[in-house]
Amino acid sequence: MGEIADGLAAAFRLLVSLDSDLLEITLRSLQVTLTAVAIAAALGVPMGAWLALSRFRHRRATIAVLNALMGLPPVVVGLFVYLLLSRSGPLGVLGLLFTPTAMIIAQVIIATPLIASISHQAIRDLWAEYHDLLISLNASKAQRMRTLIWDGRRSLLTATLAGFGRAIGEVGAIMIVGGNIDHATRVLTTAIALETSKGNFSLALGLGFVLIGLAIAINLAIHALSRTEREGRW
Amino acid sequence: MVSILPLELAGVTVVRRGKTIIGPVDMTIAPGGLTVILGPNGAGKTTLLRTMHGVERASGGALRWHGPRGDADLRQSFVFQTPIVLRRSVVENIAYPLLIRGRAKAAARAAAADWAGRVGLAAALDRPAQVLSGGERQKMALARALITGPEIVFLDEPTANLDGRSMREIEAILVAARDRGTRLVLATHNLGQARRLGTEIVFLHNGLVHEAASAEAFFAGPATAEARAFLNGDIVV
Repeated sequence: MGEIADGLAAAFRLLVSLDSDLLEITLRSLQVTLTAVAIAAALGVPMGAWLALSRFRHRRATIAVLNALMGLPPVVVGLFVYLLLSRSGPLGVLGLLFTPTAMIIAQVIIATPLIASISHQAIRDLWAEYHDLLISLNASKAQRMRTLIWDGRRSLLTATLAGFGRAIGEVGAIMIVGGNIDHATRVLTTAIALETSKGNFSLALGLGFVLIGLAIAINLAIHALSRTEREGRW
Repeated sequence: MVSILPLELAGVTVVRRGKTIIGPVDMTIAPGGLTVILGPNGAGKTTLLRTMHGVERASGGALRWHGPRGDADLRQSFVFQTPIVLRRSVVENIAYPLLIRGRAKAAARAAAADWAGRVGLAAALDRPAQVLSGGERQKMALARALITGPEIVFLDEPTANLDGRSMREIEAILVAARDRGTRLVLATHNLGQARRLGTEIVFLHNGLVHEAASAEAFFAGPATAEARAFLNGDIVV
C-alpha cells in the first residue's frame, strides 16, 4: 500500500511540476500511438467491412486467422519488425530501426487485426439487419459498404478505441524496435519498464498512473467529440 | 416512359433445402389497381412477393418484366413486414433511396421532408428513426418506398401487429398511392383489409395459386373449397 501511495504522490508531483522529461515521453507516447491507431483504423475498418460483405473461397479461414491475430504476441511482432528493419533485413536500407517510425509500424501490426476483427463483427451484425433493404434498393457494393460504415460508426469507434487501448499499453514490441533511447524513442511504457528494473517503484507507478489517466482522457475526449451516448438510439 | 408492367410469372418455383416453398406459379400483374395476395400463414405469400421483387431468386420458371431488367429494378420498391430502420434520422431514412441514386443531398432532403409530411411524420423529421413507434416506422418505410416514384410497390403485411389507428392511416396512404396510379401488390392474411383495399385477389395456399379473380368476384363466390374455407374462417390445411 505504501508503494502505491508513493506512486500516486510521484504522479502528482510529476504532473504539478510539469516535468519536462515526463512531458516529452508522454507526447511521444501519444504521437506514436495515435499515428499507429489512425493507420490501423484506416486499414482495419474497411478490411472488416469488406470481410463482412464479401463471399469468397476460404472466407471462414480468413476470418478465423484474423481473429487469432488479435492475440498476436507483441514480442514476436517486435522481433519480426526488428528483423525487417535491421541493417541486414530487407528494409534495413531505410534506417528506421530505433526510431518512432519503427514503433509505429509495430503498433500498426498489433492493432490492425483487433480493429479489423471487431469492425467485422459490428458490420456483419448491421449487414444482417440492413441486408434486405439494401438489396431491395439496388445499392452497389461500395454504397452498401459506405452505408454500413457510416451507420455503424459508433461500434467502429469502439473498435478503434480497443486498438488504442492495446497500442498505448504495449511495451514488448516497441522496446525491441525502439530501443527505449532517452530523448529519442522512450515512451511511457518503456520508461515504466526501465524504472521498475532500476528499482524506482514509486516513479514507475507514478508513470503508470499518468499512462492510465492519459488512456482514460483520450477515451473520454473521443466519446465527447463523437457525441456517443447523447443522441439516443443511433 | 415505357411501363415495366405487366409482370409475368411462368412456372415460377422456389425450392429451399429440397423443400418447395412456392410453385409452380403462373400469374400476371397488369398495370393499375391493387392485388392482394391472400392466404393463411405459411402459404408462401412473403416468398412470392420477395421473388417477384427480386430479393429472393426463383429456383425455376421465368419471371418477365416488360422492358429491360435494369429499368424494372429502379422502378419498383418493397415494404417489409418489419420495417428496416437505418440508424439515421427520419428524414435521412426517407431520403436514402434518392441519395443512392445520386440525387443531391439538399434536393433529397427536401423531397423526404415533403413525403414525411404526406405520411404524417412532419414533426418527427430530425428524430432518430429508431425511437419511432411501430406504426410510425411503417409510415416512414412507406414514404421511403414511394419517394422514388416507383411504378409498382410490393407490400408484405404492412399493417401486421399495428393498432387500428395506425392501420387506418397506412391504408389511407396506400389508397392514395393506388389512386395516383402506383401499382400495389400486398400480401396479407387479413380478410377485412383485403376487402377494403383489393381490386384483385390471388389466393395462395401451400405455395400454389388456387384462385385469381377480381375482388368483387372472389368475395361474392370463391371458386375453390380452400378459398371458401378461408373466407368462412375455417382452418385451412
